[in-house]
Amino acid sequence: MTKSADKPVIDPFEAALEVHDIKGRSPWEDAWHRLLKNRAAVYSAFIMAFMLVLVVFGPMLISWESDFTDWDYTSSPPSIESGHWFGTDAVGRDIMVRTLEGGRISLLVGLVATIVSLVIGVSYGATAGYFGGATDRIMMRVVDIIYALPFMFFVILLMVVFGRNILLIFVAIGAVNWLDMARIVRGQTLSLKNTEFIEAARACGVGDWAIIRRHIIPNLLGVVIVYVTLTIPQVILIESFLSFLGLGIQEPMSSWGALVSDGAQDMESAPWTLVVPSIFLTVTLYCFNYIGDGLRDALDPKDRL
Amino acid sequence: MKDRVLRVQDLAVHYKVREGGLLKPRVQELKAVDGVSFDLGAGETLGIVGESGCGKSTLARALLALLKPSRGRVLWLGEDLAKLSDEDLRKKRQDLQIVFQDPLAALDPRMTVRDIIAEPLWTFFPKIARVQVDERVRGVMKMVGLLPNQVNRYPHEFSGGQCQRIGIARALVLNPKLVICDEPVSALDVSIQAQIINLLKSLQKKLNLSLVFIAHDLSVVRHISDRVMVMYLGRAMEISSRNNLYKKPLHPYTSALIKAVPVPDPRIARAVTDTGLTGDMPSPLNPPAGCVFHSRCPYSVKRCQLEVPALRRLENEDWVACHRAEELDLTIKPR
Repeated sequence: MTKSADKPVIDPFEAALEVHDIKGRSPWEDAWHRLLKNRAAVYSAFIMAFMLVLVVFGPMLISWESDFTDWDYTSSPPSIESGHWFGTDAVGRDIMVRTLEGGRISLLVGLVATIVSLVIGVSYGATAGYFGGATDRIMMRVVDIIYALPFMFFVILLMVVFGRNILLIFVAIGAVNWLDMARIVRGQTLSLKNTEFIEAARACGVGDWAIIRRHIIPNLLGVVIVYVTLTIPQVILIESFLSFLGLGIQEPMSSWGALVSDGAQDMESAPWTLVVPSIFLTVTLYCFNYIGDGLRDALDPKDRL
Repeated sequence: MKDRVLRVQDLAVHYKVREGGLLKPRVQELKAVDGVSFDLGAGETLGIVGESGCGKSTLARALLALLKPSRGRVLWLGEDLAKLSDEDLRKKRQDLQIVFQDPLAALDPRMTVRDIIAEPLWTFFPKIARVQVDERVRGVMKMVGLLPNQVNRYPHEFSGGQCQRIGIARALVLNPKLVICDEPVSALDVSIQAQIINLLKSLQKKLNLSLVFIAHDLSVVRHISDRVMVMYLGRAMEISSRNNLYKKPLHPYTSALIKAVPVPDPRIARAVTDTGLTGDMPSPLNPPAGCVFHSRCPYSVKRCQLEVPALRRLENEDWVACHRAEELDLTIKPR
């Protein structure tokens, strides 16, 4: 008894107060660690990064111009001696430089149209879902109406009215793609807005817009990011499809879709004109899909089997 | 009653429920809360008990003006909350806070503990200095028994009891006068329940808080409340001081609830299996006419089926909504 009385009394709680701040691990960091464990996604990300570097800087390193016609080598197969590593097309243009430059357009369309659909879709969907009631009904009916327009008809109409240019392709694809995003975001918002932490924020007097910005959007970002990585390849494919039909990119510019379209016409005499851009296109699409899958598993571990 | 802070008069919240029919949906009215009145003094605790679906949580949200009342008034310090402008109501929210049932769901998973607790501060004092916020957050954390060095952690890194402490810290950070606890312990382990209740009790004493404590567990309510309100199908059946309620309930429903409390001793438990209640709770969409409890009440008479009993005050401070309150002696025999 007496011995213990001599010792200074240390309250464990008080003692623990002295310890420096502990760093927490956010759900984002957790997701990042899970993503790094997903091999397919990590390899895909590296391949995509390599592809980006190739597409951006590649054309500067190749001595051929994309619209230069090499009359000595028309429809020549891939060869190192001629300098056309991936061969040339029917009018003697270098396939490699055209593919890389086409990649710029394809990836740019994918990125820009996705950002457009992201910005419009998230703000539109979150607003409709959060306010609900008549606002929601009117906003979602508008989405339904635009959804019901046949896409090709819409694009052809745009082309006829405004003439063909790249900007129009961005607009056309973005205008259609945000609809899906708005629906997804609205659904997520509906389930989020009844959670107790939103109610707690309302009880604290936080305004509607602050709640959307501070609580709703960060919490649905996970789903949105996954959807974005799956939208990029979808948009690239749509652009390729438009170019294939001759509604997309104009000569002398090119995109992967336009190159595949050209290549398909010379498929029998010069198969490499089809194969090379096709490989680039498919590799990109696969990579984005694997990254999207990996992100989905990482961000929402509950969904995993 | 000494300095009354909250006065609820004939409060009702009715939901519209659409049923069937694509073109002509049948709209029914669900009376989640119907004609509830009570007063609450400063520093007082009112416990609210009742079965699931009897309107306790709806009442809690209506008290905070998170739901619009269909009828009646909630007077906070004499002011009708429903009549205030949005901006004035927002200011009043400083005084009125809530602690939720599911501790983890009540915290934004993407925010650190600091941001969660500081959110009310930022909302009401947007120009407050970062250092001050940090100081206040750490102070509140210490007060509710959390280590202040955990400010940078995220909700998923805490246990249920700790999360509930974070929720309490958020409710207290603005020094409110009234905290509504919506079943704050029903999602926690029994040992943690005791910790949280004792914490609430000591904080109440320290800060002179008024508490509305909702639970479906009579023993929990008994521990913390000064007075207890018993609800059934959206109506208040009885409001009694704690000691009276547990010794001599006035309403047959209260007595049935008390008899239904599980006893840990199997010999006694076997002896008192009969609560006197028959059947299930009727659908709130179609409550019985007259006294809502008459369909299950062992003491029901003809009058109960015809006339809705008003919530009336007896000689002592207790209130009851039963025609036969004076005739019945429902004293609980000590076990």
